[in-house]
Amino acid sequence: MAAEAATTSIDEGLNEDGGRWKDLDKLILRPGTIVGDNFEPGPELKENLMKMVRVLVVGAGGLGCELLKDLALSGFLNLEVIDMDTIDVSNLNRQFLFRFGDVGKPKAEVAAKCVMERISGVNIVPHFCRIEDKDISFFDNFHIIVLGLDSIEARSYINAVACSYLEYDSDGNPSDGIKPMVDGGTEGFKGHARVIIPGLTPCFECNIWLFPPQVKFPLCTLAETPRTAAHCIEYAHLIKWGEALKRAELFGISGVTYSLTQGVVKNIVPAIASTNAIVSAACALEALKIMTDCSKTMSNYLMYNGTEGIHSKMTAFDRDKDCLVCGPGILIELDISVTLSKFIDLLGEHPKLLLSKPSITHRGNNLYMQAPPVLEEMTRSNLNLLLFDLIGKIPKDIIHATGTTSINGKRTSCLRKLRVIFKGTAEDVTDMDTMGAVYRFVDKDNPEFWGYPVPKF
Amino acid sequence: MAEPKNKYDRQLRIWGEQGQAALEKASICLLNCGPTGSEALKNLVLGGIGSVTIVDEFKVEMNDLGNNFLVDASSVGQSRAKCVCTFLQELNDAVKAKFIQESPERLLETNPSFFSQFTLIIATQLLEDSILKLDKICREGNVMLVIARSYGLTGIVRISVKEHTVIESKHEHFVEDLRFHNPWPELKQFAESIDLNVVDPVIHKHIPYAVILIKLVEKWKEMHDGHLPLTRKEKDEFKHLIKSLMLDIDEDNYKEAIRASFKVCPEGIGSDLSQILEDGSAEVDFGSSDFWVMVAALKEFIANEGEGEFPLEGSIPDMTSSTEYYVNLQKIYQAKAEVDFLAVEQRVRSILKRIGRDSDAISRADIKTFCRNSRKLAVRRYRSIEDEFKSPATLELQKNLNDEEYSYTFGFYVLLRAVDRFAANYNRFPGLFDRRVQYSLKSSEVADDVHRLNSIAVGILNNLGFKAKTLYEDLVSEMCRFGGAELHAVAAFVGGIASQEVIKLITKQFVPVSGTFIFDGIEHKSQVLPI
Repeated sequence: MAAEAATTSIDEGLNEDGGRWKDLDKLILRPGTIVGDNFEPGPELKENLMKMVRVLVVGAGGLGCELLKDLALSGFLNLEVIDMDTIDVSNLNRQFLFRFGDVGKPKAEVAAKCVMERISGVNIVPHFCRIEDKDISFFDNFHIIVLGLDSIEARSYINAVACSYLEYDSDGNPSDGIKPMVDGGTEGFKGHARVIIPGLTPCFECNIWLFPPQVKFPLCTLAETPRTAAHCIEYAHLIKWGEALKRAELFGISGVTYSLTQGVVKNIVPAIASTNAIVSAACALEALKIMTDCSKTMSNYLMYNGTEGIHSKMTAFDRDKDCLVCGPGILIELDISVTLSKFIDLLGEHPKLLLSKPSITHRGNNLYMQAPPVLEEMTRSNLNLLLFDLIGKIPKDIIHATGTTSINGKRTSCLRKLRVIFKGTAEDVTDMDTMGAVYRFVDKDNPEFWGYPVPKF
Repeated sequence: MAEPKNKYDRQLRIWGEQGQAALEKASICLLNCGPTGSEALKNLVLGGIGSVTIVDEFKVEMNDLGNNFLVDASSVGQSRAKCVCTFLQELNDAVKAKFIQESPERLLETNPSFFSQFTLIIATQLLEDSILKLDKICREGNVMLVIARSYGLTGIVRISVKEHTVIESKHEHFVEDLRFHNPWPELKQFAESIDLNVVDPVIHKHIPYAVILIKLVEKWKEMHDGHLPLTRKEKDEFKHLIKSLMLDIDEDNYKEAIRASFKVCPEGIGSDLSQILEDGSAEVDFGSSDFWVMVAALKEFIANEGEGEFPLEGSIPDMTSSTEYYVNLQKIYQAKAEVDFLAVEQRVRSILKRIGRDSDAISRADIKTFCRNSRKLAVRRYRSIEDEFKSPATLELQKNLNDEEYSYTFGFYVLLRAVDRFAANYNRFPGLFDRRVQYSLKSSEVADDVHRLNSIAVGILNNLGFKAKTLYEDLVSEMCRFGGAELHAVAAFVGGIASQEVIKLITKQFVPVSGTFIFDGIEHKSQVLPI
């Protein structure tokens, strides 16, 4: 159908959707002068957008509800949404897909159903669970991930998952597996929308400092010298419920109310419909631009503040070249026969690493820990096992090593990201053999120990 | 409504019961319920706005299903106003939702008094000509007007209100008025009752930094002919003075004192605030608003009892301290704030009497709120649309034209007006050719439209006082590509911004945008242009 349509111009009202996408068509079917590098307008692009592209929306709360609507009406007709929460009465002032009768039901399911009922042709698969409960392969299905979350931890997790698809060529340039993300967040009249294209733009971890740590009161203040209502509430939360008010009276502190108690204990942030709408719309528009190239993509972090006037500021943040999550890491090619113990020795000899006493982790599992003694003892038996077996016979994966190395003559502890490829497996990248920057770990007795080229000591 | 309080919990944390009550009293009229208008209204209905009236003449067509969530397949052929209204009602049954199937343009001609019944009008997707008429009507009827429009990847939000005054501007990063440089007798006495040389280390590290600073400023002034530490060098010396009294480098209260040492020098009032005090409206008469009556009282207070200071806010920031010291300190600040408030109240009452109004016309609670926020007052005045067009703020705009970083937004500002002139001349938007969507940039009809639009834009530019012969050509071409499209994501953004400004105008909290907001959907470098 696409090929046929491509030869004739599309006539509004005569095409199969009866002019339904008349407005969107202007952006998707027409050539433009300020567009993305790979923009190829036409019916094929439209067909891809509506039939091929699969989007994962993480979160079905204030942002998630808006996102599902905005994405569906931007032509993304294949969506999935994941959220572990159920609907609460206090959601109803902004999460417009839910009604009083829905209180207690899973957000993802109600949201998906509501949008599918209103927008014909859209298909939304809900997942009522934590993102961590999904197998990593779950994320293989999606071309783009849009985040509507309120937690730093969840963002970090998804970011790591998306970045794990990233592959680098031997020059350390991203070559494949780019899974873009769009991330939104709001608090009161403020919010942000950002685009993360792993390998090309900063990932969430590259500028994690943008998210300030949450306020935590020192325990001694709470116990001995409380001064504010928040201190009394936090104390009661830690020690015993119902004592907050009594305690405040005892110390002559006013202001302990139910509303504040909820705010302090659950770290509830104020939330309104308009800010969620603004931030989600920005995210959905960027998703459309990323997937179709119909216009430029934002670069790369939009901050919005509506408290005094309308402040909308775009900042192009830089990547952290040494980012452990989205950086290339150091490529290491190994024989399947390498044991963990040998691998550790190799890290000490590798000219780019010179890591002494490294501890090794793989996907959060400790393979070998130098300290503390308990962990050392627990992991010691791994030393004689094959690394290939230890990481579950995955031909190519990321391994992290923590140890000390010498930087400018000074011993410094460091964490290194290693891209390990096992020779002779399906994933062995043969064309890399000729590349200069590849170091292949084989056997020490082998004259070609360092692969090609032979490094000079 | 089972539990309205609970339902609005997350927003009450922002604008409080008073803000919510203002919203629930407001009546809003929306002109045209395409996605921009529908989305703006949706956000307000969710928040519990009092009543909404939708004016729209169209019947739902297929293309509405592609950009408007508030209609669905079963709506095709029915009144768009009715369908949107029905869905909005479903969102919140506490809101009174009505609709009128009528063209806003016709209503402007036949029944201009219709608009005066509302608190605020949200006008969406209206053309220049109608906006000019509507603005006049709204100004005459004292109805607030918010204009919103989405067009391809751009859009605009513009407020038109003669004057908007804000007491609760909710400024962030505001330095509290703590009077370290000039403590009143009770505060001075309290500071004097505490010995900084106390030997007990536990007491020493629980002396609040307010007390440390008050005592040390006093000491500093004695050593420096009554002057405050003003220069960088003096400020550093002052910090050293604080440091020298530490018993231990880990004393949090002293560390806080060093960090807060800049607070010993009064900030002085900003230009916005001094403009309010000097504003002609502060010369009050019978017709003056409560806000200006209170400003007049504030001026009198500062000149008399205040001895040059604003009324004290009365709150103090959290600081390392024993509970006893902290609570006592808080009480001293609160007591002074109460004294100042009573003085201002008395002045308000006598001014009211003087101008021939009931001396109790302004409530105590309102005066109290005013006193607590007297250093954060804000006033916004918006020129009429007609004035903006007739005598543009050329000099201010010139700055934006030279700003490379924001080149698109100024172009869009001109082009959004140019497409309306184009439509007035050719009875269609540029880039709309019969029913066809696809086109080639090289075709003569496209080139013609780009050329025509560019000439109109240059005409507007020249009227604005710019001598440019052409506008950024790629942008003109993009504008033709948009062909008047109302994309949902852009509409949701622009409508979202409009609804947020409406909330600020109605709750009289936070500060609405000062100029014309131009949305740049290409690079997301949106900007506020001076009116």
